[in-house]
Amino acid sequence: MNKPDVREVLKDRILVLDGAMGSLIQTYNLTEEDFRGEKFKDHPHSLKGNNDLVGISRPDVLKEIHCLYLEAGADILETNTFSGTTIAQADYHLEHAVYDINYCSAKIAKEAADEYTAKNPDKPRYVAGSIGPTNRTASMSPDVNDPGYRAVTFDQLVVAYSEQVKALIEGGVDILLVETIFDTLNAKSAMVAISNVQEELGTNLPVMISGTITDASGRTLSGQTAEAFLTSVSHMDLLSVGFNCALGADLMRPYLEVLSNNTSFGVSAHPNAGLPNEMGEYDESPSDMQKQIVGFLDRGLVNIIGGCCGTTPAHIKAIADAAAKYKPRKVLSLELTVHS
Amino acid sequence: MPLHPDYPGDYKYKWHNYPSLRLSGLEPLIVTPETNFVNIGERTNVTGSKAFLRLIKEEKYDEALVVARDQVEGGAQVIDINMDEGMIDGVESMKRFLNLIAAEPDIAKVPIMIDSSKWEIIEEGLKCVQGKCIVNSISLKVGEERFIWEAKQVKKYGAAVIVMAFDEVGQADNYQRRIEIVKRSYDLLVGPKVNFAPQDIIFDLNIFPVATGMEEHRKNAIDFFQATRWVRENLPAAHVSGGVSNVSFSFRGNNPMREAIHSAFLFHAIKEGMDMGIVNPAMLEVYDDINKDLLERVEDVLLDRRDDATERLLEFAESVKGGVKEKKADDAWRSETVEKRLEHALVKGIADFVEIDVEEARHKYARPLHIIEGPLMDGMNVVGDLFGSGKMFLPQVVKSARVMKKAVAYLLPFLEADKAEGTNTSAGKVLLATVKGDVHDIGKNIVGVVLACNNYEIIDLGVMIPCDKILAEAKKHNVDIIGLSGLITPSLDEMVYVAKEMEREGFKIPLLIGGATTSKVHTAVKIDQHYTGNQAVHVLDASRAVTVANSLLGDNKAKYIEDVQAEYDRMRINHAKKKAQKDTITIEEAQANHFPIEWKASDIVKPKFLGVKTITDVKLEEIVPYIDWTPFFQTWELHGKFPKILEDKVVGAEATTVYNDAQKMLKQIVAENWLTNKAVIGLWPANAVGDDIELYTDDTRKNVLDKFHMVRQQSKKTDDAYNMSLADFVAPKTTGLADYMGAFAVTTGLGIEPHLERFEKDHDDYSSILLKALADRLAEAFTEFMHEKVRKEIWGYDAQEKLSNEDLIKEEYKGIRPAPGYPACPDHTEKWTIFKLLDAEKNAGIQLTDSLAMYPASSVSGWYFGHPQSKYFGIGKIEKDQVEQYAQRKGESVEFIEKWLSPNLNY
Repeated sequence: MNKPDVREVLKDRILVLDGAMGSLIQTYNLTEEDFRGEKFKDHPHSLKGNNDLVGISRPDVLKEIHCLYLEAGADILETNTFSGTTIAQADYHLEHAVYDINYCSAKIAKEAADEYTAKNPDKPRYVAGSIGPTNRTASMSPDVNDPGYRAVTFDQLVVAYSEQVKALIEGGVDILLVETIFDTLNAKSAMVAISNVQEELGTNLPVMISGTITDASGRTLSGQTAEAFLTSVSHMDLLSVGFNCALGADLMRPYLEVLSNNTSFGVSAHPNAGLPNEMGEYDESPSDMQKQIVGFLDRGLVNIIGGCCGTTPAHIKAIADAAAKYKPRKVLSLELTVHS
Repeated sequence: MPLHPDYPGDYKYKWHNYPSLRLSGLEPLIVTPETNFVNIGERTNVTGSKAFLRLIKEEKYDEALVVARDQVEGGAQVIDINMDEGMIDGVESMKRFLNLIAAEPDIAKVPIMIDSSKWEIIEEGLKCVQGKCIVNSISLKVGEERFIWEAKQVKKYGAAVIVMAFDEVGQADNYQRRIEIVKRSYDLLVGPKVNFAPQDIIFDLNIFPVATGMEEHRKNAIDFFQATRWVRENLPAAHVSGGVSNVSFSFRGNNPMREAIHSAFLFHAIKEGMDMGIVNPAMLEVYDDINKDLLERVEDVLLDRRDDATERLLEFAESVKGGVKEKKADDAWRSETVEKRLEHALVKGIADFVEIDVEEARHKYARPLHIIEGPLMDGMNVVGDLFGSGKMFLPQVVKSARVMKKAVAYLLPFLEADKAEGTNTSAGKVLLATVKGDVHDIGKNIVGVVLACNNYEIIDLGVMIPCDKILAEAKKHNVDIIGLSGLITPSLDEMVYVAKEMEREGFKIPLLIGGATTSKVHTAVKIDQHYTGNQAVHVLDASRAVTVANSLLGDNKAKYIEDVQAEYDRMRINHAKKKAQKDTITIEEAQANHFPIEWKASDIVKPKFLGVKTITDVKLEEIVPYIDWTPFFQTWELHGKFPKILEDKVVGAEATTVYNDAQKMLKQIVAENWLTNKAVIGLWPANAVGDDIELYTDDTRKNVLDKFHMVRQQSKKTDDAYNMSLADFVAPKTTGLADYMGAFAVTTGLGIEPHLERFEKDHDDYSSILLKALADRLAEAFTEFMHEKVRKEIWGYDAQEKLSNEDLIKEEYKGIRPAPGYPACPDHTEKWTIFKLLDAEKNAGIQLTDSLAMYPASSVSGWYFGHPQSKYFGIGKIEKDQVEQYAQRKGESVEFIEKWLSPNLNY
């Protein structure tokens, strides 16, 4: 499908990212059989809850969800591949399914995006290949008695991420999105994987980097401040750098300010719908979240805005409605690119 | 004399169009032109430190971590790590040590320099560190192909790089070879093959030993200086570094000589543009303290000034061998008993050994609590006595408190374990809070520290604390005293409210009142009367807090309360009398007796700019020269005018210490961008209508944009005095003259929180208070800076003005910049109008609290009046007729105005 380069579109308007995937999948009440589908019907381990499989076993459900977000006004869909690495799929003994998970999920998202782009070519839709943090950390020890121990190495992460990235690109994504980074070293390994694979395939897809500030300490789980995180991932030419998850929009704002004041890349944010209540549910309403997002927009903080945990198509519609009224953040000329 | 024939004077950074080198550990390190010099720790290097090598060989990684931590605490901004030793597995040791460092936030906060001559060790290091590191090093030693490959790898891993001046032929050992190799290296790196960011390139230009006695080494230092200068002048944005200790290699074993050579070498190298270096801070003499004769001989060698330079230096070296000075003398106290050592540490504020000493004490005393009650409290009592008798000053006490906190923090886990028979031995529990609507807490924090030093347990709720929370927490913790603090006038009302609520809820504990706008009279007249449960006492400053608290809780409390009551009764009677005596005139009479300006068009300058303007590009270092230091010392309860105070007989020494600490922190604030400053100003066509000032949307003056409302003095004046109002300084509409006025909001407090948190986490109240005080000074300085810019450029009514900073402090410029809530217009609510017109929340990032305090606290807002006759004054007391008229003009109720102007009401 012919559409303008997302790097160009980003100069003209704020792009809207979609919202949460897992909670929408839950609403379909899928059964063990649904998750297994034809392909994994004889898999010796339970697969219920392995959301990344939906693209293979229930593509209809995945496409429907993507369409809900497109209908709500999302410009960028995230592929349903948050756990699509051999490291994360090891929990289900599905290391061998990783290529298919990423390839099929990318294809379905692309199909949905292309349909909506065709309907209205003035609002082209894009697909971002979602690359999650895995469930292991490269710069922290899971064993309190042995702080020097690591459950995963940089090299192992590079291998796992390379497989995922390759399948996402071959499945047709427009953007690569490294997200929910709680350990910057994991992200750096993903970035090495991305440059290696792009070099091998001869592609030049834009890259989004999105970290997670865990709490009011203002630091990532691995201990970096927002600015230190930014510095640590700025060696690659990025479409955007931002934050997602863990915090609601209002609590995320100060950290976005840090990014906005210190980077020449775009700034993205996809906060949660507030903080979970005592029942563990996100209950911030679309209009409440919209109000807080307007705070970002008023300050000209972001270029890409969307939602993470607890957000629904209604939230994304509220966000998209607000974002349409604002100009994107002006990208600083702070980091002059003299060497090009 | 310039050291380089082609470039005169000292090096001045010239690549401002390039981004800065940005590094990170858990925290960022930005190397800006103002950074001056980045100090790289050298002791975690097996090739340079035998002690460290032994620790690694014996796998004593815990102790190796201590070496790393000491360097960071000693001021290293980056730590160099090197594991190049034949006897150890370099890859494995690098990985293990870096993984262990990652678990130590105190160390991991700084960026790492991965130092090795073996690529596989470097690459392993890069795979272990989440922050942006420096690779040390790559070079053209084995040719271009390898160089380019390694550079691309470094780029992919996201690190900066040190490039050695080394090529296929060998190490560059003269000026010409150095510049040839670095030029070639630089071009390859920034060229299309690698596209390396130029600001991420650091050249190591090879520091070689001097005074070796060999003729060919004579120019070793001067060549380095000149090559440094060449790099900084010719290779955009690139940096220069080097391992400094090498230069004094000939004097191994003679530390006084080495220290002198290192600092003289650095002194010159930095002037030529060297901006990073691997240095052992313990091996540096203060340049100005180097023996003048020695310095001359060292510089003769470094700068190759005479043929017999080396002989002369060696001659001198013989004479200083064995050490000119015995630095250990200061450490004599370390050999005293553990009790004496703790006392010494507390009195002198030395935190370095306190954990070791407490640990030792732990083995000596049966229970951890006994250490606190025994030696630690004894030490604090000495501090308290010295402070009470004026022999110690507040900044020192705060440092002592830091040592105490550290000691207690260390003991905490043992105390927890020992809780079984724990008894409460504190002098009392004091709850402290800055009241709702107010964000100022420097004074409150100082009171907290001083009370804590005197064995009070402090429950500090922080700032903007609503009444219900104060009372709920007071009950929950069963406190003995509540202390309220506030700086802005509306806080006075909030304190009255808290007192009334305490009464309603039947509290029976003392209430302390403190803060800049509070007063004994206000406490006596407005607060104490509403609270009968116990005594409300005004505390003038932190040094009185202990006496007051002791008296209120001590055995003679009944007598003390009786005395206070008697005094407050007297004050109440006097106040009532004074009120009756105070002569005022009606508001109409006051308005008739306004300040008479002979209005002339020639006194009015039309601003070059009309409308609202946001200014975010003023650098902190531009603001620094505008700082008025005198109020800074007042924060620390050190009274006197700057700079004379530094030489004051009584407080001079302490003022100098806190001033030096302030200068040091200020440098860091500037270099590391701790604070972000923003300003927004507005200038509008304006005319006075009665005591209001109308602003117009444009110079046609047809549409009123908004109005400012001013209060007027109402006391009876002598014959040649007038009843002033700020409205008098803008041409009345009836004159037909087109006049103008302005408003502003500035802040320097954005981004302060993480630094405060960092200090608070480290129990470092001293630094926390210091930072807040500096931020406040910067806000005032920025206000001064902006006012000057407005006078000279933006409005431009005094383009010719030339004033020194002293004149600025004395306010000898034309025009004024009064702030709402201050004497010339005590009504805080005018800030709403200012903030609305300027959109200050959005444009300057300042928020107004319910009580109209500004957050960040280090913010200033106000008006600009340009007329040459405008001046500052105080409103004083006003009568009900003005309040009624003012309320009507503002469209508010009389009660509303009475609430906000309550300190000024004469009824």
